[in-house]
Amino acid sequence: MAPKLPPHHPVEQSTASAAGGQASAHHAPPRGLLRWLLTTNHKEIGSLYLIFSLIMFFIGGIFALVVRAELFQPGLQLVNPEFFNQMTTMHGLIMVFAAVMPAFTGLANWMIPLQIGAPDMALPRLNNFSFWLLPVAFLLLLSTLLMPGGGPNFGWTFYAPLSTTYAPPSTTFFILSLHIAGISSILGAINIVATILNMRAPGMRMMDMPLFVWTWLITAFLLIAVMPVLAGVITMMLMDINFGTSFFNAAGGGDPVLFQHLFWFFGHPEVYIMILPAFGIVSAIIPTFARKRLFGYASMVYATASIAILSFLVWAHHMFVVGLPLVAELFFMYTTMLIAVPTGVKVFNWITTLFRGSITFEPPMLFALAFVVLFTIGGFSGLMLAIAPADFQYHDTYFVVAHFHYVLVPGAVFAIMAGVYYWLPKWTGHYPNVKLAQWHFWLSVIGVNLTFFPMHFSGLAGMPRRIPDYALQFADFNLVSSLGAFMFGASQLVFVAVVILCVRGGEKAPAKAWEGAEDLEWSVPSPAPLHTFETPPTFQRHEH
Amino acid sequence: MSGGSYYVPATSKWPILGSLALGVMMIGTGLVLVHGRGSLVMAIGLAAVLTVMALWFRDVVKESRAGLYDAQMDRSFRQGMGWFIFSEVMFFAAFFGALFYVRTFALPWLDGEGAKGVAALLWPDFTASWPLMNPPGEGVEGPREVLSPWHLPLVNTLILVASSITLTVAHEGLKEGHRETTRNWLFGTLLLGVTFIVIQGVEYYEAYTHYGITLQAGIYGATFFLLTGFHGLHVIIGATILAVMFARIQRGHFSGDDHFGFEAACWYWHFVDVVWIGLFIFVYVF
Repeated sequence: MAPKLPPHHPVEQSTASAAGGQASAHHAPPRGLLRWLLTTNHKEIGSLYLIFSLIMFFIGGIFALVVRAELFQPGLQLVNPEFFNQMTTMHGLIMVFAAVMPAFTGLANWMIPLQIGAPDMALPRLNNFSFWLLPVAFLLLLSTLLMPGGGPNFGWTFYAPLSTTYAPPSTTFFILSLHIAGISSILGAINIVATILNMRAPGMRMMDMPLFVWTWLITAFLLIAVMPVLAGVITMMLMDINFGTSFFNAAGGGDPVLFQHLFWFFGHPEVYIMILPAFGIVSAIIPTFARKRLFGYASMVYATASIAILSFLVWAHHMFVVGLPLVAELFFMYTTMLIAVPTGVKVFNWITTLFRGSITFEPPMLFALAFVVLFTIGGFSGLMLAIAPADFQYHDTYFVVAHFHYVLVPGAVFAIMAGVYYWLPKWTGHYPNVKLAQWHFWLSVIGVNLTFFPMHFSGLAGMPRRIPDYALQFADFNLVSSLGAFMFGASQLVFVAVVILCVRGGEKAPAKAWEGAEDLEWSVPSPAPLHTFETPPTFQRHEH
Repeated sequence: MSGGSYYVPATSKWPILGSLALGVMMIGTGLVLVHGRGSLVMAIGLAAVLTVMALWFRDVVKESRAGLYDAQMDRSFRQGMGWFIFSEVMFFAAFFGALFYVRTFALPWLDGEGAKGVAALLWPDFTASWPLMNPPGEGVEGPREVLSPWHLPLVNTLILVASSITLTVAHEGLKEGHRETTRNWLFGTLLLGVTFIVIQGVEYYEAYTHYGITLQAGIYGATFFLLTGFHGLHVIIGATILAVMFARIQRGHFSGDDHFGFEAACWYWHFVDVVWIGLFIFVYVF
């Protein structure tokens, strides 16, 4: 640890070191395409992740729109039910593994070294490997749609025996592609943990780290703990399919419910993997635009850790109707409800940070505020689903679809967009176009609520999920949902326009692009030079 | 946290080539499994993955020998290896979890016991036992006989425990600068590792030909081969790492206070050893 140093403002201190770092000799990067293929630079790899994620967001979005187009009115009109099933499955898989997760990893790549004053990620080549595994994995996954028998059609949760005994032949390729994606996630997470624990600027203690760094540290731990379990369960599927084992076949003494236990032991931490970094982003943005320190920094850290620990103890709440012993129903009901406590702490802290702040509504703040409100709606419907006896009614209905889309779309996706708007000035040196960003925001907010709010009602009234047709009484709700979905989808084109315009030009941003921003990344120039903090900055603590 | 000498490698072609190689290998594997052809693609992919790994690690060794790594880099490697082993622990935890679930819940329920004993309606004549010799469904034939833990598995347990001890002696030798000791005991460790794999091979042969324990022999055969098979694969990987360490010792790499490559190999070997202890207890003995 660094000795006590005279109190400099961190901003001036590290700008000097960043500028100094740029002067030092560096290999000229190769030009053109090769540069992107061979790079070891955390900023370039971060950009690759974000671009990949955006492309996949649109591909997954198109799959969702196929689903919504089919559900626009009752009856079968556009696609056959087999293809409908492939669309729901691929939409889920692509959005979870290829859009949301890589987007957060991209933000981690860009921002964690900048926020902790590190020259790069701890293991830069491994970092590039983690990225390039993704296009390989998801090209393979998408190619299954063209294979005989079609692609995966058993839902993103791929329950056995739908995914083993009754699965299309392409399932083996699906498993192998998921193995590649899993390797990518594990290696990426190891890199992030090593970076955070080992690469902090001298003087920065754990409890000085920005919350985005904290939430990612805990997320990375979750990834390392559960991605191997996913690898294990899909390996067992692979063997059931190809080698005649009976892990998930009761005739041989196995159990299909075993699949669900193993899957959700991975799957529940996985949903927190998709939301904890979002908490970190929102915890950076709200204090900046409320011009107040984050309320309850330490409690935010402890709440995040509590959520992570609890995430290992709640998995069977996805399985209340599968036939669990009563004691298991009760145990998983109570542990699930417990999660509301640390989550409530977080929402309380965000609101309290806003209280008596001098708030302005720049685009990142709009998305962050929408996040707090709409994510909380998703949290409350989660509490309803946690009640085991009530879940017997809600299970596998559109109420569940409404719930997890509220936490994932205006939750995770809005937080990613908030983060992109927040850090675009740092990446590009330009502010995003405010007018367009506002259009994007309002169209998205309206679209997302039109899409998913009616699903609460159709779900409570009993409309089952993953079925291409429905009874007539659900027609109005589905019409609204479909219109909202197309509106939401189209408004994301505005987002692409904002990003492209911002990369190409716009109002110049200074190093500290937002008046209330405090963390280390705002001490390096905008746009951040290719190499930053080659000489570690001296971190100056301000009390939380 | 040192001052400003952290080594950030320039560009590297191994990550992208490694990704492509893995992709080719997976496509080949899929073709073999689904369509029964494409073994050449799989073999080329595997060879490419191994080649890229060898060349990538060669770069790392060269950089380390050139003194490009400082104490902070050393900590990054330690973190990386430690968390990698943790991920491996969780991989095996999934398999052990499956074994415990089947034995504690799934089979007794199929037999009509406990809270979910209604599952017995499926096969009313089924009686649960472990090892499961009589899978409930028609057309699934159980094993004829089970392996005694007190023959080959016990020998293998002693071999792996001994190999952990010999490896520790080798490590101590390196720390104190007795390279001769290190070389000899490391060679001994390698021999023990190879012996383990050979014995495991003999056991598999006997299981398949004499005992009727096969992948298809119900849940006992499935869990048996899953757990011991992935463990065996890890012994092969661990022995390969140790062989590389042996070659590096021969070439005069490592010093008493700078040998994390060697230490990481030791960590990995001990991890594989501990997994075996778990296997011996829960797959063979109980």
